[in-house]
Amino acid sequence: MNVVLDNADLVVRAFIYTALLFVIAGIFSLVIGTSLAAMRIGPIAVLRNAVAVYVTLIRNTPLLLVLIFFRIAGPKIGINFNFVDIVIGEIRFNNLFAACVVALTVYTSTFVCEGLRAGVNAVPLGQAEAARAIGLPFAGAMREVVLPQAFRAAVPPLASVQIALLKNTTLCGIFGVSEAFFRMKGFTNNEPAERVGIFLTFALIFVVLVEIISFMANRLERRWRVTT
Amino acid sequence: MSTASVLFDAPGPKTVARHRIYTVVALVAVLAVVAFVVWRLYVEEQLTYEKWEVFVTPAYIQALLVDGLLVTLQMAVSAILFAVILGVVLGVGKLSDHAWVRWPCWAVVEFFRAVPVLLLMILIFFSYGIDRGSSGAYWSVVIALTLYNGAVLAEVFRAGIQAVPSGQSEAAYAIGLRKSQVMNIVLLPQGVKIMLPAIISQCVVALKDTSLGYAVAAPGLTAVGKLIWNGEQNQVPTAMVVAALYIGANLVLTAIATWVQMKFVGEKSGLEVSMVGNLDGGRNA
Repeated sequence: MNVVLDNADLVVRAFIYTALLFVIAGIFSLVIGTSLAAMRIGPIAVLRNAVAVYVTLIRNTPLLLVLIFFRIAGPKIGINFNFVDIVIGEIRFNNLFAACVVALTVYTSTFVCEGLRAGVNAVPLGQAEAARAIGLPFAGAMREVVLPQAFRAAVPPLASVQIALLKNTTLCGIFGVSEAFFRMKGFTNNEPAERVGIFLTFALIFVVLVEIISFMANRLERRWRVTT
Repeated sequence: MSTASVLFDAPGPKTVARHRIYTVVALVAVLAVVAFVVWRLYVEEQLTYEKWEVFVTPAYIQALLVDGLLVTLQMAVSAILFAVILGVVLGVGKLSDHAWVRWPCWAVVEFFRAVPVLLLMILIFFSYGIDRGSSGAYWSVVIALTLYNGAVLAEVFRAGIQAVPSGQSEAAYAIGLRKSQVMNIVLLPQGVKIMLPAIISQCVVALKDTSLGYAVAAPGLTAVGKLIWNGEQNQVPTAMVVAALYIGANLVLTAIATWVQMKFVGEKSGLEVSMVGNLDGGRNA
C-alpha cells in the first residue's frame, strides 16, 4: 500500500484526469447524441438511414479501435489536435487529451442516440394521438406530452451509458493520458509485489464513483417516474 | 418507418412538399460528407495501391483471419462460456434463501461490474500472465473478461429467473419438488429462453472487449493490425480493415440474437442488458 500512499498526489491527479475525461466527453456525447437521435427519429428518410448506418458502424467498433483511429491513424491524414494546449494549474490539456475526448465522444454519442431513441419508442402511441385529439399543435404535443415521457424512459439507459463511459476512460491511459489506469499500471510496473493493494485502491475508487452516478440516476428516475 | 409514429401525424400536402426539399438538401449534405472523406483520403495518399496491397496478399489475409479474427473469436467464446458458468453460480447465489450465500454473491457481482476491465486485466497479467509469454496474455484477457461478463450475466440470470411466472415455482413446490429441483427442472430451463438474446448481446460486448488485450500485448485482431501497420506504415487502411472485421463479426452475432429473440421470445421485448446492467439504476432492479 505504501506506493499508493507515498504518491497520493499522483493518484489524486490521475483521478482528476479521469473525472475531466468523463465530464467533458459526457457532456459532448449527450449533446451530439441528442442531435443524432433527432435525425434518427426525424421525418427525413435520408438522414434517418444515414444516421442508422453511422450509429451501427460505430457501436459495433471496439472503443480501442476508435482511439487507435484518432491517436495513431488520424495524425497520418492530418487529424491531429496540436492546436490544443491549455495548462490550468497542474492539469495540462494537450493533443493526446483532446484526441481521447473526441474518440470517447464519438463512441459514446452513438449509445446516447440509441438510448434516447429507445426512450421515445417507449411512449405509447395513444399518448400522441390523445394530444392531437385535444387540439395540441405539434410543438405543444412534443413539449407537454411526448418528450417529458420519453426523457423519463431514457434515464436508465442513459445512466448505464454514462457509467460505461466512466469505465471506458481507462482506455485513454493506453494512449498516453496520465489518468487512473495509466497510474495504476505505472505503480504495478514499479512495485509488482504490491499489485493487489494497488488494484484494490484504484478499483474501490471506481466502485465509489460508479455508485455515485448510479445513485444520482436512481434519484432522478424516482423523482421523474411516470405514475402508472 | 411504420405509418403511425408517436412523433408525427400523417403529413399533409404542404408538409410532404417541405419534406421533399429537406430530403434533397439532406441527400446533398450526406453525399458531400462522404465525398469529402474520400477526397481527404485520396489527397493524403491513403487510397494508393501500395497502402492496400497487403490486404490482397494471401499471406496477410491469412494472418488477419487466422491469427487475428479466429483468435479473437476464440478469446470471446471461451470468455463467454466461462462467464455463463460463473453467471449461473452467482445469479442463483443471489437468489438463495441463505443470507451467507446471498451477500457474498451480491458483493462479488457489484464489485466486478463496477471495476473497469482494464484494471482487472493488468492485475491478472502481473499476477499470472507476465512470465508465460503470449499464452499468459491470452489467458489474462480471458480471465478478466470472464469475471466482468460473469458479473453482468449474473444479473441477467437473476432477472431471467425472476421473470418466470411465480405460478411455475408454486406448482413445482406443490408437486413436492425440492428447492434445487425447482431451480434446475422448472425455473432455469424457462428462464434461459428469456435470457438468450441478452446473453448473445453480451457476446458482442465481450468480443469488442477482447481488443483491450492490446494493453497487455495479447494476440488477436488488434495485435495483428499493429504488426501490419508497424511494418507497412499504412495505419489508416489497417484501422479500417480491422474495424470492418470486428463490425462484421458483431453484426453476425446481432443477427443471431434477433433471430433467437423472434424464435424463442416472440415480438415482445426480452431483457435488455443495458437495463439489467446498470447497478440498480435500471427498471429491473
